[in-house]
Amino acid sequence: MNNNIKFIQGNEACVEGALYAGINFFAGYPITPSTEVAELLSSRLPEKGGKFIQMEDEIASMCAIIGASLTGHKVMTATSGPGFSLKQEALGYACMAEIPCVIVNVQRGGPSTGNPTHVSQGDVNQAKWGTHGDHSIIALTASNHQDVFAMTVDAFNLAETYRTPVILLFDEVVGHMREKLVVPEKGDIPLVERLRTSVRKGVDYHPYLPREDGRLPMSDFGAEHRYNVTGLFHDMWGFPSNNPKVVRELLHHIVDKIDNNVHTITRYKEHYLEGAEYIMISYGSSARSAIHLARSRRARGEKVGVLELQSIWPFPETLIREKCAGARAVIVVEMNMGQVMRHVKAAVDKPERVFLANRIDGKLITPTNIKTLLRVIQGRGV
Amino acid sequence: MAIKDYLRQRYFPHMWCPGCGHGIVLNSLIRAVEALGLDKNEIVMTSGIGCSARISGYVDFHSLHTIHGRALAFATGVKLSKPELKLLVPMGDGDALAIGGNHFIHAARRNIDITAIVMNNRIYGMTGGQFSPLSGVGKKATTAPYTTIDSGFDVVKLSMAAGASFVARTTVYHAIEAVDLLKRAIEHKGFSVVEILSQCPTHYGRKNKEGDAAMMMEFQKNTTAKIGSKALEKDPTLIPRGIFVDNPETPEYCESYDKIIETAMKRSQS
Repeated sequence: MNNNIKFIQGNEACVEGALYAGINFFAGYPITPSTEVAELLSSRLPEKGGKFIQMEDEIASMCAIIGASLTGHKVMTATSGPGFSLKQEALGYACMAEIPCVIVNVQRGGPSTGNPTHVSQGDVNQAKWGTHGDHSIIALTASNHQDVFAMTVDAFNLAETYRTPVILLFDEVVGHMREKLVVPEKGDIPLVERLRTSVRKGVDYHPYLPREDGRLPMSDFGAEHRYNVTGLFHDMWGFPSNNPKVVRELLHHIVDKIDNNVHTITRYKEHYLEGAEYIMISYGSSARSAIHLARSRRARGEKVGVLELQSIWPFPETLIREKCAGARAVIVVEMNMGQVMRHVKAAVDKPERVFLANRIDGKLITPTNIKTLLRVIQGRGV
Repeated sequence: MAIKDYLRQRYFPHMWCPGCGHGIVLNSLIRAVEALGLDKNEIVMTSGIGCSARISGYVDFHSLHTIHGRALAFATGVKLSKPELKLLVPMGDGDALAIGGNHFIHAARRNIDITAIVMNNRIYGMTGGQFSPLSGVGKKATTAPYTTIDSGFDVVKLSMAAGASFVARTTVYHAIEAVDLLKRAIEHKGFSVVEILSQCPTHYGRKNKEGDAAMMMEFQKNTTAKIGSKALEKDPTLIPRGIFVDNPETPEYCESYDKIIETAMKRSQS
């Protein structure tokens, strides 16, 4: 029997991905619909000598993973809407201090306590702008368990590559539904390990001086280089500075290291996109309905396709403009009031041909919901 | 090693006001570390926000200057992920017990091996003199122009009730005593709290007409007494100094977690 084939929840697929990527520290706080991630890791992490801690609140969980990352560990926390709001200040700290870490947000209905056990994709913009001040962020998403696994591994890889927090924007449907996952063999997906400094003991180490390729080799707390980590603007030693040149250059660095690599970071899938006249742009569980609809329309000879986004931040503007250049209309399928739709409008050449097919009532958007709008756009009546 | 070898001299002069008690805490802390013969590489100092929190930048340890109130949560992550490190967490009274109060009681409850140093000057100094949860009733502050009506916390009682296995109190006037208490706290396996009464002549002293730094330290001398001393017996209104709890038998969190790992590993292999 092959133990690599599992029939599990999306939250479990996320845990499998994290373990594959080499997670060895998790801090969390119970919150629906992400709790299974914490429950599973409380059992699985100590089996491999890793650490799990249930903290006193969401804020503390975010802080604890940052502390653990600094000792050289791969770290993650998982939460949902209200918890994601609480984590925002420490998330900004991780952006500023450039600490690799992964934050899972299994989205539920909001604002506030909202609709805890039902699906939503309302935290897309919060993932980018939830914390104050200019910064950039990487956010990945997935519509099926194989991709939940792959994106989770990717999140750890990107966090290490860019020394940044990476957000996994899943949603309640993906998190809780059950489907097949085939866990890849060890080595099938390459892993990015912590880039540690080669500066020897006694030689001045600059923790915040980027190499030519923009990467900053780290030194673990407890190792031979002692340095300062702070949320204040800081110089190359990590010491606070309000020198205008230092402030300007650091802000550019933390934004540019991600935004200038949007092409490398962008992840997406094409479904029936060849020659598509009507393109649906979707992500997460809503993409499943879009793909279903495209398949059935294609079977009837209609040129309908789906561009499935797997990375939302940095926003893949160029990709969207290019892929949608020949489309008669673009329909953004999402479960919010048009958070990605606005960015798509800004990206394409004909924003007036961008439409929103959404559902915001806690129920998964269905292929029929989308079809109703598609028929109107196609001029085939209501 | 000389005291200066524990400092990052590149970052001096420090930013504390003349007469601030925090420099004396830094002095006592370094002397305690020196007396224990600890390697600078095995110490991580984590701090939050405020005048007190800036201490972490001045010491030549691994230093983590974090966000307001959360130093103990960051420290918990560092400690649990690498238990061989010594964690020192200096905090101001607002940092530790207002915005950070939840983390404070829960770190104490877990009895994780971290040394929390509450530098209690009874005021928010960095933001210009607003009252703190330790100001007590009847004090003047920029946000209490008609005097405070909020009762204060007793750090010692709070720490004891929350489960800290080492709890002590001293003042910056008693700097030598502070060295000894900090030594004991750092050596202690478990969550240790040392409250050090400090002075903020710039904001608290001036507003409350308590005089200059010397007078405020004189006040620390006159209003406190050692546990078990005749002075305290004669005048129970004095603030007791010394060690209130020293319980090395309480299970330490990281050690308890190691047992979880042992069990989990055995179960997964069977």
